Amino acid sequence: MSHQPNGADGLERAGLGEKTWAEMREIADRYPEKRSGLLPMLHLVQSVEGRITPEGIEACAEILGISAAEVNGVATFYTMYKRKPVGDYHVGVCTNTLCAVMGGDLIFERLKDHLDVGNDETTEDGKITLEHVECNAACDYAPVMMVNWEFMDNQTPESAVQVVDDLRAGREVHSTRGPRLCTWREAERVLAGFPDDRADEGPAAGPASLAGLAVAREKGWTAGADRSATESSGAKGESK
Amino acid sequence: MTDTLTPVLTDNWDADRAWTLASYEERGGYAALDKAFAMTPDAVIDTVKDSGLRGRGGAGFPTGMKWGFIPQDNPRPKYLVVNADESEPGTCKDIPLMMASPHTLVEGVIVSSYAIRANTAFIYVRGEVLHVIRRLQRAVQEAYLAGHLGKNIHGSGYDLDLIVHAGAGAYICGEETALLEGLEGRRGQPRLRPPFPAVAGLYASPTVINNVESIASVPSIITNGAAWFAGMGTEKSNGFGIFSLSGHVTNPGQYEAPLGITLRELIDLAGGMREGHELKFWTPGGSSTPLLTPEHLDVPLDFESVGAAGSMLGTRALQLFDETTCVVRAVLRWTEFYKHESCGKCTPCREGTWWLTQTMARLEKGQGDEGDLDLLLDQCDNILGRSFCALGDGATSPISSSIQHFRDEYLAHLTHGGCPFDPAASTAFAPVGAPA
Ligand SMILES: Cc1cc2nc3c(=O)[nH]c(=O)nc-3n(C[C@H](O)[C@H](O)[C@H](O)COP(=O)(O)O)c2cc1C
Ligand code: SF4
Ligand code: FES
Repeated sequence: MSHQPNGADGLERAGLGEKTWAEMREIADRYPEKRSGLLPMLHLVQSVEGRITPEGIEACAEILGISAAEVNGVATFYTMYKRKPVGDYHVGVCTNTLCAVMGGDLIFERLKDHLDVGNDETTEDGKITLEHVECNAACDYAPVMMVNWEFMDNQTPESAVQVVDDLRAGREVHSTRGPRLCTWREAERVLAGFPDDRADEGPAAGPASLAGLAVAREKGWTAGADRSATESSGAKGESK
Repeated sequence: MTDTLTPVLTDNWDADRAWTLASYEERGGYAALDKAFAMTPDAVIDTVKDSGLRGRGGAGFPTGMKWGFIPQDNPRPKYLVVNADESEPGTCKDIPLMMASPHTLVEGVIVSSYAIRANTAFIYVRGEVLHVIRRLQRAVQEAYLAGHLGKNIHGSGYDLDLIVHAGAGAYICGEETALLEGLEGRRGQPRLRPPFPAVAGLYASPTVINNVESIASVPSIITNGAAWFAGMGTEKSNGFGIFSLSGHVTNPGQYEAPLGITLRELIDLAGGMREGHELKFWTPGGSSTPLLTPEHLDVPLDFESVGAAGSMLGTRALQLFDETTCVVRAVLRWTEFYKHESCGKCTPCREGTWWLTQTMARLEKGQGDEGDLDLLLDQCDNILGRSFCALGDGATSPISSSIQHFRDEYLAHLTHGGCPFDPAASTAFAPVGAPA
């Protein structure tokens, strides 16, 4: 198997390495139809190569039995796949309307200035890639910044500068609602379906997520039934 | 009377290590499984039908009815796909749910899959939420080890595999047929319907696609009964839902309440608008739902009433903007979003969103003239109802509603030669009480 003169084996030795090829096959085998593995396989390519490379595309095509052009068509459709090398930390500033209005635009401007890069560019030291991103489902924490797709909630221009300075200086940074930040490549590996050991870090919920619950607790409001008590108090009466 | 807030899905989010199986089971988690397995799958579907649960992903389609459309005589495998793409601007309920209590969703997936007789289920989660994906991966792993997933679950003879699938950045993949394309490893472009996914969905097999919150509501319905659920909410919009308040409100966040609560009540619970400011405009259910104004503060937030007020309940993503916010700037930014996210499959949306952006940008800069407002409405007319999917329609909502309610503000940009607002005044870090 491992000594075919051509085909997959030749590519394996030329490019990504046998471990990655094996993992890509493992991803494809998770699904009833292999091709469903393509998105996670491309995440894996990024975790190994730091971007989508021609070798990565060839490998996906070979394993899934489709053309490189087809893989390429998929890779170019989704915004998380990058052609240019991404830095250790992908910093995404939400500039969709709600965050933009709440300060995201000013944060993005400040970071461009501070890092001396434009949108979708990487600092010279290869540490930070800056990009503005769309709504990341955290509007109740606006303005929001994502670092390697971890939440950095309720940012200000100053706090955002502090985060990137800490990252560039190699200091440990924590998500405001999650774990220690890992590198972009490590993050991409988790997205490919190979978990790391950080699931138990960070809180269950941030303060905004708990805002309504806190009011309900204070007022003694409930939905009139306990999850553990089957058919307990039933409906709390007709509100109709 | 039902209480004003009714925490069910959010009820354990403040528990110690709420995301773990131990914490979830301690509160009675996974008990709905045995109750469901003691029923026939059809009886589970009937219970969900009787509860009146309607889809929480935006359109409000009755969930039990959707499940009933699965042709059980079709020999192909059946699939359940959870839509965890949550990308509609303003929408921020599913992500905190999966972060805090992924087991609520996993339990819902098991009961729902049992009902439709699926042996494989997927959670398609947007890729840009790393920690949420970690928590889902861990929850699924824990559920397998505890015998809640896999072969012969709880000795019932029922088998289920659950796969967590991370997307890669594309708003359109929230549209259910585009999502299926993404899940099949293709570009996320919507499919022609019919055939509907219930008949030919994932791998051309019968497929149910439901929102995270819809599926997560199922265990509580099985546990507490359809009548309990139907006893909350309004006549045609039963039950509770998570209302997400964001923007210029004192305590933004998630508020779980019976459908039919009003924005006035919600703002009150959230400590009022931020100090010294007042509400100017809001979205009831994300950026694709037409803007409303303070005039609509007492509209019951249920499917029918918001529709009657000229908008849509959508995802209950209440984005609140006060008088410091320029509505033209807000709408331009959303329009740029739709242009960026248009999948390019159909001309009205691909070309139309480009033109809308051009025209909006010109107006925002104070260029152009009053006729551009009619031009915008005309462009909207050419997109609405002519696009292949609802993304195109959604792109027109903020524009036409803002012109309807704030025509003068567009004109002010023309007379002022640009935006008359100070963007610093609308930020979260503006000094308290700063003038507009
Ligand atoms: C552009 C677009 C984006 C959508 N995004 C989502 C989404 O992120 N999550 C979701 O559940 N539904 C989304 N929907 C709605 C889905 O197509 C579908 O109606 C829903 O997942 C069905 O689930 P439900 O019946 O449980 O609500 C979107 C629709 C469109 C047109
Ligand atoms: S309406 Fe837009 S997103 Fe939908 S199919 Fe057409 S181009 Fe694609
Ligand atoms: S608008 Fe920024 S997270 Fe929603």
